[in-house]
Amino acid sequence: MGEVIVITSGKGGVGKTTTTANVGTGLAKLDKKVVLIDTDIGLRNLDVVMGLENRIVYNLVDVIEGNCRIKQALIKDKRYPNLYLLPSAQTRDKTAVTPEQMKKLADELRGEFDYILMDCPAGIEQGFKNAIAGADRALVVTTPEVSAVRDADRIIGLLEANEIKQTYLIVNRLRNDMVKRGDMMSSDDVVEILAVDLIGVVPDDENIVISTNQGEPLVGNESLAGQAYMNICRRILGEEVPFLDLNGKAGLFARLSSLFKK
Amino acid sequence: MGFSDFFKKKTSSNVAKDRLKLVLVSDRANCSPEIMEQMKNDIINVISKYVEIDTDGLDIKITQTESEGNNGTVPALFANIPIKDLKAHK
Repeated sequence: MGEVIVITSGKGGVGKTTTTANVGTGLAKLDKKVVLIDTDIGLRNLDVVMGLENRIVYNLVDVIEGNCRIKQALIKDKRYPNLYLLPSAQTRDKTAVTPEQMKKLADELRGEFDYILMDCPAGIEQGFKNAIAGADRALVVTTPEVSAVRDADRIIGLLEANEIKQTYLIVNRLRNDMVKRGDMMSSDDVVEILAVDLIGVVPDDENIVISTNQGEPLVGNESLAGQAYMNICRRILGEEVPFLDLNGKAGLFARLSSLFKK
Repeated sequence: MGFSDFFKKKTSSNVAKDRLKLVLVSDRANCSPEIMEQMKNDIINVISKYVEIDTDGLDIKITQTESEGNNGTVPALFANIPIKDLKAHK
């Protein structure tokens, strides 16, 4: 039976869609069968981040309304044959779908896939309720800023109220140089405030912008963000993975010493 | 404030952390600062009927505390009310 994971944040622009694309692709790289569902009806984005925008025929609302079968709407990824995308509708709004319908859809996909990833829209209204309806586990994405952390706290409360027991935190866009100067909260600070388990810290990395430009998730490549996302995937699978040393520059000594260890 | 804090410059990340902690207490309690103030005044009025209290040293806040069951933390009203004179008013 597959597991349904919702990626949510409350605040917009903190990296939900990028996280969904990279975690989904990473799990597929680790040989899992994965489907990504864009639940942001009216503001479709996951398709462009995945580079699959030219292949859309049917969408989520078509499936819910019975205009097509689920299989017809699923788009196979360019690189990984065990990765699929169910795109959102661009010309409809959130009220086109109910939480019950989303839960039913997620349950139908459980038989076919190992992981069903829901990319949640920003906010706490209907779109959020739709996205979390069938979820077993939630990944809450935040950045180390007061506004994003405050919204994350609200979301964590709402997830608890909806009886989603497994909630994990991803601290995104961390700038280690600023943390060192005392001008940015560290991931430890954010964890202390929100009191949830940390599943990943992703550094602010310009490679993310480049990979999004190209429509190719960077998970698993040698960039720091690529490594951080792959580590999140392995933790989702239950592996114990130490957190990355984000000292990009100081890494030279660490790299040298790791060379000698080999 | 400890002795070492006196020399430590307050960094902007510490400011952020402190502000967040405060704002989240009222967010989580679903309780505005005005309501907290009213509640504080009511508590002072009630207790003052029986004992004399130090209203300046009074500290009332909503915090998180471990619940008795194993379902994580629950909000709790924390009140630190210094008593000046225990003699009951007749």
